[in-house]
Amino acid sequence: MESKLFNLSISLKVIVGISIILWAFIALFPLLWVFIMSIKLPIDSFASNPLNVIIGPNTLKQVGGLSFINLIFLCFSIYIYFKFFKSRKHSFLKINNLTNNKLISFLLLVLIFIALFLVLFLFFNTHIANFLNNIFEYIPFLKILSKPLIGFTTQHFVAVWSENEFYIQFLNTALVTLGVVSISLTVGTLAGYALSRSSSVIAFWLLVAALVFRALPHSVLVTGYLELFIDYGLYGKKIAVIILLVAINQPFTIWMLRSFFMNIPQDLDEAAQIDGCNPFQAFWMVIMPLMWPGVITTGLFSFLLAYNDYLVCALLLDGQSQTMVPAIMQYFNMETTMTDLVESIAAAASITLPLFILVMFFQKQIVSGLTQGSVKG
Amino acid sequence: MNRKTFLIFTMPSFMMMVFFIAIPLFLVFFQSFHFKQDILEIVEREKCDPFGCKTEILKVPVLDEKGNRTKINIWVGWQNYKNILQFEELNSIIKNNGYSWSAIQSIDFYQALRFTITFTFITLPFVLFFGMCLALCVNNLVNRLKGPVIFITLLPFIITPVIGSLSIKWLFIGDGIVTSLLEYILDKDIAVFAKAWSIELLVLFYRIWHTTPFAFVIFYAALQTVDKDRIEAAFVDGANRFQRLRYIVIPHIMPLIVFVTLIHLMDAYRVYDEIVGFGAEGFLNSLQWMTYDFLRLDDSGSRYIGRASATSMLTMIGIVIILIPVLRRVFREQKEKKN
Repeated sequence: MESKLFNLSISLKVIVGISIILWAFIALFPLLWVFIMSIKLPIDSFASNPLNVIIGPNTLKQVGGLSFINLIFLCFSIYIYFKFFKSRKHSFLKINNLTNNKLISFLLLVLIFIALFLVLFLFFNTHIANFLNNIFEYIPFLKILSKPLIGFTTQHFVAVWSENEFYIQFLNTALVTLGVVSISLTVGTLAGYALSRSSSVIAFWLLVAALVFRALPHSVLVTGYLELFIDYGLYGKKIAVIILLVAINQPFTIWMLRSFFMNIPQDLDEAAQIDGCNPFQAFWMVIMPLMWPGVITTGLFSFLLAYNDYLVCALLLDGQSQTMVPAIMQYFNMETTMTDLVESIAAAASITLPLFILVMFFQKQIVSGLTQGSVKG
Repeated sequence: MNRKTFLIFTMPSFMMMVFFIAIPLFLVFFQSFHFKQDILEIVEREKCDPFGCKTEILKVPVLDEKGNRTKINIWVGWQNYKNILQFEELNSIIKNNGYSWSAIQSIDFYQALRFTITFTFITLPFVLFFGMCLALCVNNLVNRLKGPVIFITLLPFIITPVIGSLSIKWLFIGDGIVTSLLEYILDKDIAVFAKAWSIELLVLFYRIWHTTPFAFVIFYAALQTVDKDRIEAAFVDGANRFQRLRYIVIPHIMPLIVFVTLIHLMDAYRVYDEIVGFGAEGFLNSLQWMTYDFLRLDDSGSRYIGRASATSMLTMIGIVIILIPVLRRVFREQKEKKN
């Protein structure tokens, strides 16, 4: 009875299938297209025929491209990466058995992922694949396998990262996001915990105030302090941006952390206090170990806020201290030739890549974070 | 938890919000009645190079004894607001053209206001509708496909807004592939970035593309909590699929629809990144963009802090209007709790 009830008729199934495919296409296409454009020469990137953009005849002629072997290598490495990614929990437990420290094993796991990425994509896919290409070229019938099929060039990425010193902006972004995430989590967990354990009037007003602050346009907060920051020499300093972003993020952080803390039964703190913990010890030694999923999720959203911010960084940072997103806009506005334009596309692709990986790793946490705030709030 | 520990725990966060949110609000309020600027003087300077000397005219900030820039900071009353709202010009426009929107929009502020409001309220129903459809579709999908579909769906939401709008802009700009496809189908020349309305359409599309995943995730999670027995009972009573959706599912997730609406209103009201990303400032501007524009260094090297503050204050009036129904509900619930 139940299975019958919740099954769809054929026509509905077709509608569902088509709409999902359509949505996946719309959601993915602009982002994929950026990646495709960034690995082609300008003539191909802005060709009006989509096939020319994908295959890139001019890029093939002038620079070369990926052969059948390269493509197989690429698919294979992506497959391995996913395979390894799927077993991440298993590997984490294995490492944890060796080190007996969750933080260290987590960092080790991240390092392994990065190392695997570098080995696969900077060594395996380039040197070894090219070596094979060279060998196959001398074998009469297999020659076709090493013939370039799809135009491919990394020259725009190289230009962006080395000639235009985009790594400086990358480091700036890394510093700003690190500062924002660590400070807002430290400040936020304390407040979120207290708010989840109190039903007093002050707690209520604090939450309402946070809700109102959540709605403020960010430019309002910058307007208040811009003059003072400039007068006291904080203009162009990352600390000013970090503080402002933490403040902007604070209302959201405490609401979300509060709802995560509310999932942890209050009996636990009482038990800890009976055993002789003071409130801070109870918080740190009993509650926090259970809170890591919530902290990671909230940290993710703080990271996104800091990483994606344009307004605050563009107003308070300048030149060498600029973060990636405003820098790319300046780049884009200065652009004079088609090559510059494709280089800024490559820069955009470089900014997007970490976010891709982030969603891959933390999809569950992102979903739980989004729903957590709504169900409890 | 007693009051003392509560205060100690919340103190850092509270301080953060007081110092960097509440106090700036007051500062903005005061600044909006002031006119602040570096005093500039015009200096003629002789510049010599091997080929002869030229006199240049430069604008240089006046320095005091300590070498700091001198500033004027005078009370101007409502002048900043008048400069933004431009009532006299508005009056003359209305006198000449009657109440025509297109004429009134030649004043920046009214254009920004019109855009911000239409943007907020036009995107809302689309986001709710598409989010709901997507949630229903994914809910009926085979389990194995759910993960990948959610992964793809999250991407537009997680992407940096400026970069996301750039990536859509590149599909349309010049002879971008979508433009050439449209030109091929319609057989005429299309220049998307030459008209205000076509850019506005793209900006709207971008926001719907960007926020639908958010609505989807919330609705999808809510659909998991719908009581299956009630749906079965309705089925036995002869309700068709649409009726079950209309009378059981939608009322069940109504609080979350309200939640998504609220968050969307807050976020869409401060529309800004799209205008940067699409490079639409020549054609469109929003309230937050106006503030940003006043805060930027202009060609003569000064910032209009006073005007920026005044726009901020005007922007906040809108926020208050959006929040009033929410706050009223919150207070009512709090009162009921007390009684």
